[in-house]
Amino acid sequence: MDKLLSILSGLHPDIDFNSHDDLIGGGVLDSFDIVTIVADIDEAYGAAIPAEEIVPENFHSAAALFALIERLR
Amino acid sequence: MTNVLEYLDHTPFPERVAYTNGENGLTFAGVDRLSRAIGTSLLQAGHSRVPVVVLMGRSPDTAAAFFGAVRAGCAYVPVDPDMARNRIEGIFEDLQPAAVIYEEKTRALLESLDYKGDAFDYGNIVNTKTDDTALERVRREAIDTDLLYIVYTSGSTGQPKGVAACHRSVIDYIESLSGVLGFSEKTIFGSQTPLYVDACLKELYPTLKFGAATYLIPKELFMFPVKLIDYLNEHKINTVCWVVSALTILSGTGALEARPPKHLTTVAFGSEVFPQTQLSLWRKALPGARFFNLYGPTECTGMSCWYEVTRDFQPGEPIPIGQPFRNTRILLLDGEICVAGTSLTLGYYNDFTKTDASFVQNPLNTSYHELIYRTGDMGAYNEYGELVFAGRRDHQIKHMGHRIELGEIEAAVNALAGMAQAACVYDADKRKIVLFTVGTPSVTEIMAHCKERLPRFMVPNAVIPLAQLPLTPNGKTDRTALLATWRERG
Repeated sequence: MDKLLSILSGLHPDIDFNSHDDLIGGGVLDSFDIVTIVADIDEAYGAAIPAEEIVPENFHSAAALFALIERLR
Repeated sequence: MTNVLEYLDHTPFPERVAYTNGENGLTFAGVDRLSRAIGTSLLQAGHSRVPVVVLMGRSPDTAAAFFGAVRAGCAYVPVDPDMARNRIEGIFEDLQPAAVIYEEKTRALLESLDYKGDAFDYGNIVNTKTDDTALERVRREAIDTDLLYIVYTSGSTGQPKGVAACHRSVIDYIESLSGVLGFSEKTIFGSQTPLYVDACLKELYPTLKFGAATYLIPKELFMFPVKLIDYLNEHKINTVCWVVSALTILSGTGALEARPPKHLTTVAFGSEVFPQTQLSLWRKALPGARFFNLYGPTECTGMSCWYEVTRDFQPGEPIPIGQPFRNTRILLLDGEICVAGTSLTLGYYNDFTKTDASFVQNPLNTSYHELIYRTGDMGAYNEYGELVFAGRRDHQIKHMGHRIELGEIEAAVNALAGMAQAACVYDADKRKIVLFTVGTPSVTEIMAHCKERLPRFMVPNAVIPLAQLPLTPNGKTDRTALLATWRERG
């Protein structure tokens, strides 16, 4: 989880990703962030996120993203 | 043809849908009716041949408002509520508009600005009874060098620059572009770009000319590749002119391979370098489609050069920008790409000094007036005689499809209390803007400040505080050393 949090805060140092749970609806992440996150997760966890999993539900929060990574590993 | 409204007046299929966001659309006849009502309303208030700000979101109605301003003989100035607050303030300050068209959802924004001119409620003025006699009189007196629009781009001092284009330049561009890309009445555009940049000319005007259709794809879809492809398929979109980062969201996530869009036949990209690996994925997924690399500065009305991808490239070989559009000429002066032709805009609104610095007499012509635009981009010809882009001369970069002056970011950061120095570099490989700072504010404070002051695409991707900035022997900030520092950090 720490690696994920560091990926996310690298993109938005001013956001508390431990608690934020509306990253999409709240307009925190944009398309550039999504591409970066997908690439960085692949690199850090060896988890390639398939296109069908790149949906809002999996990117709402750090916890949702981490659950996705766990599922993929 | 001397006025872009002729495209609308003679559109071949008035009852077809012209612009839509997928749910709500406007037919050509609808756009025509709305534009006449809006134009009449502006004329009745005495506004003609002045810039009119269209303060509206990205929707078919916004296009109708643009043409409404044109009906009154005015130039439209698109301002989107998604723009950063200080960009919007900067535009109002520079332009001092006498008329603004707003909509219900931008009313509060307009009221919060220090604006004293006439304000027109879109929802209201579309009901104005059309005065066709007055509209015809405006048209009779119009000339093709009248202003059509002003779009604002990044300026190095932090003050945005308004690029002002006339009817003739846009007609020239649309005619040349349509021929190269093969637009027709069967074209269904999937538009990605905001309506406040000149990139949207590619869809707005050919749609009128051919009776084609434009889908304004919701911005959120560009985060979710499978949803985006479903949208393209559902609406049978066959033509896209997207920035590279938008194309990459499909090719870089595996979505393109998994389910290639069924109807796409024309894919144009431009305004930044398309990584070859991504282009290959696109060509593999859509073997029957045509791919075009486009290049051009806003100052020369949309795009100036085109290249159709017809061969494979060696690793590291740049994708050419090819050749100029018909009726445009490219000169390489000391390696700098310079543009001549009708496509040259009229320069920067309210700024003759900046205009005269970039729009200059062709130094090779000592006999008569011939303006060229110096792009600040470097170019060269490859072994096939194709023009190739070879980087920027100065500190202007292309990032996420936007042209950015790094100086504008630095100016914004320097406005933060306690900030001693700020310098930005661009890592073109990783496509990251890296900001180095000297001063007391924390990284969190700096980022929060940037997000407040700058458009999203200009917010640095990394902030690195230093005790001092490295200097070159000349005493200037050593950006090469900064970039090396960033790369060492990995």
